[in-house]
Amino acid sequence: MSDAAAVARREKVLGAIRTRLGNSGGKREAVEARIAGQARHLVPERSRQDASGLKALFAAQLRAGNATVVESASEADLPRIVASYLRGQNLPLTLRAGEDAWLRGIDWSREPAISITKGPAVPADEVGLTHAVAAVAETGTLVLASGPENPVTVTFLPETSIIVVRAADLVGPYEAAFDLIRERYGHGTMPRTLNLVSGPSRTADVGGRLVTGAHGPRRLCVVIVG
Amino acid sequence: MDVTAHAFKSNVKAALKDMQLQRALSGLPTGLVAQRTAAKAKLPEFEALRDVGRDIKNHTLAHLDLYLEAWETKATAAGAKVHWAPTAADAREIVAGICRDANARLVTKGKSMVSEEIALNAHLEAQGLEVVETDLGEYLVQIRHETPSHIIAPAIHLTEAQIEADFRRQHTHLPKDRPLDEPVKIVSEAREILREKFIKADVGITGANFLIAETGSSIIVTNEGNGDLTQSLAKVHVVVTSIDKVVPTLEDVTTLLRLLARSATGQEFSVYTTFSTGPRRAEDADGPEEYHVVLLDNGRSALLDTPFREVLRCIRCGACMNHCPVYGAVGGHAYGWVYPGPIGAVINPALIGLEEASHLPNASTFCGRCESVCPMKIPLPGLMREWRQQEFAAGGGTRMARSALKAWSYLARRPRLYHLASRLGIAALSALGRTRGAFRSLPLAGGWTRHRDLAAPQGRTFQQLWAEHKRGVPR
Ligand code: SF4
Repeated sequence: MSDAAAVARREKVLGAIRTRLGNSGGKREAVEARIAGQARHLVPERSRQDASGLKALFAAQLRAGNATVVESASEADLPRIVASYLRGQNLPLTLRAGEDAWLRGIDWSREPAISITKGPAVPADEVGLTHAVAAVAETGTLVLASGPENPVTVTFLPETSIIVVRAADLVGPYEAAFDLIRERYGHGTMPRTLNLVSGPSRTADVGGRLVTGAHGPRRLCVVIVG
Repeated sequence: MDVTAHAFKSNVKAALKDMQLQRALSGLPTGLVAQRTAAKAKLPEFEALRDVGRDIKNHTLAHLDLYLEAWETKATAAGAKVHWAPTAADAREIVAGICRDANARLVTKGKSMVSEEIALNAHLEAQGLEVVETDLGEYLVQIRHETPSHIIAPAIHLTEAQIEADFRRQHTHLPKDRPLDEPVKIVSEAREILREKFIKADVGITGANFLIAETGSSIIVTNEGNGDLTQSLAKVHVVVTSIDKVVPTLEDVTTLLRLLARSATGQEFSVYTTFSTGPRRAEDADGPEEYHVVLLDNGRSALLDTPFREVLRCIRCGACMNHCPVYGAVGGHAYGWVYPGPIGAVINPALIGLEEASHLPNASTFCGRCESVCPMKIPLPGLMREWRQQEFAAGGGTRMARSALKAWSYLARRPRLYHLASRLGIAALSALGRTRGAFRSLPLAGGWTRHRDLAAPQGRTFQQLWAEHKRGVPR
């Protein structure tokens, strides 16, 4: 495949579109303005609520999708909450996590049985711990950004995924979460992967019957802190 | 894949007699259809969102070249390699070339209808690659050497018993007497087997539900998480998608995502919606080193100045087939090519030619359910009618159908003659059928009377009754 052939293929597709559309000048500005405008469309009413309403909606939506939702009154309490969830599920207290500064700032020594291994996940890991940049109440959806802080494999490889989100980062609609991402990464810029997660993995491919736990985590525990 | 759309009629006969298929399809009304209805009821804005979604796509299609260029600029800046493919053959060869450059041996694949459209697996296998489908439904279909029979539920035509038998035949390294009598056991077995493939794969191929011009991203939507493992664990991530998938901004895609899962599976939102932008960054601890996007045209651009432009709004949710009485009776394989159901009846003739697919736009009861549930408000029955007209204009159809249509159109344009003919016809039929009130057989109506009686008309025509009604004659 030479470069010239690739250029010719590109021209062929774009040329065919232009011929059919008969586009002329002036439209480019309209398109650029449309992209830059980032105008919101109709946003469902259900996400217009106060903080406690949003928290209740967020938790209810996640539970409807077979996730566990627990609250941790403070950061200091997080180790206890995580340990008690894992003990309740009969799981080891050995976790995999990235370099997330906020997670690292938590005093995990309050639960000496917990041990955390840093870095991307490997197949042997049983429990992954990640920190969501935002949470969307509308459908009970967590927003995770890839990077050394929270590698994608930590969310997807282990059988059990624990995702922590700060109550302050809980928003109503997806649009508000995207605004947070734009603030953090700059307009029009994204992390390599942005994962929207709304439950443990599932499938209905066998006879149309719903099974929780397909290729991704079988269990999802969401901890809301604060 | 082999095209058998021309054999639609015999495909249908076989499908109607296939008891396993009939059993598998019987779950549709209580499954996907009921779930969509429930999801729609939970979101009062659902109907209004359909209008917004339609407008977003209409705007984008009217400026398609510019949005694709804007997307390409952003994607390239983030490190993506963008490949344009005018034809299916171009796309296949581009993907094969990427695999060659990566010295790949094992390729994992997330669900992608565009890859079915270009018959990618067969092409890669012919080059000596092992290709493994990782979406469970696609895997079930792959080990049977079949093709998907539904665009979001590829194995919807299979019963649990068939799947169990396939697993016993395929996974011979596992104990013969292992229990596989529940879906959860089958899913666990597939999970173990595919996990190894994810980890060993050299190239991971996914589709894309959308491309976002604002950020240069591609998006996949899954419930199983297989797409994420496919694209995160292999060294090379290849997205195989088509030019109609681009939308301007995150706000635009959000609106379409609000419609997609609800229309498809009746979920408020799919479990995983993943935005990918470029390859892994320098500081990243995981993710693919290369990220390629193959943009397929394959006849789509040629629809832009035709009435079929509307079909390019399709977000491949599958609602039209779930609600289609024809699909519900015969399943997806009868359609004979990649896209089944009403969307297939409209898009297949455009992609593989009307001559090959001319039966499909005729396989409709015109009940209108597909259009009424389509989140993108695509006028599917109207577009099928458009194909029928084109077929007729091109001299298609059987001689008898053409003569009958000609005779009808002659009469329909002459109202007096039409009334006279229908009065005479009805009077004759009603006299002939008076004793039984119905016909067991009737010349020219064998297609109907072979399976059921045709009721004899009761004497007067609709126009006569209507005229009497207007005059106030009591019935
Ligand atoms: S035509 Fe409409 S209903 Fe059918 S798959 Fe496409 S978007 Fe869904």
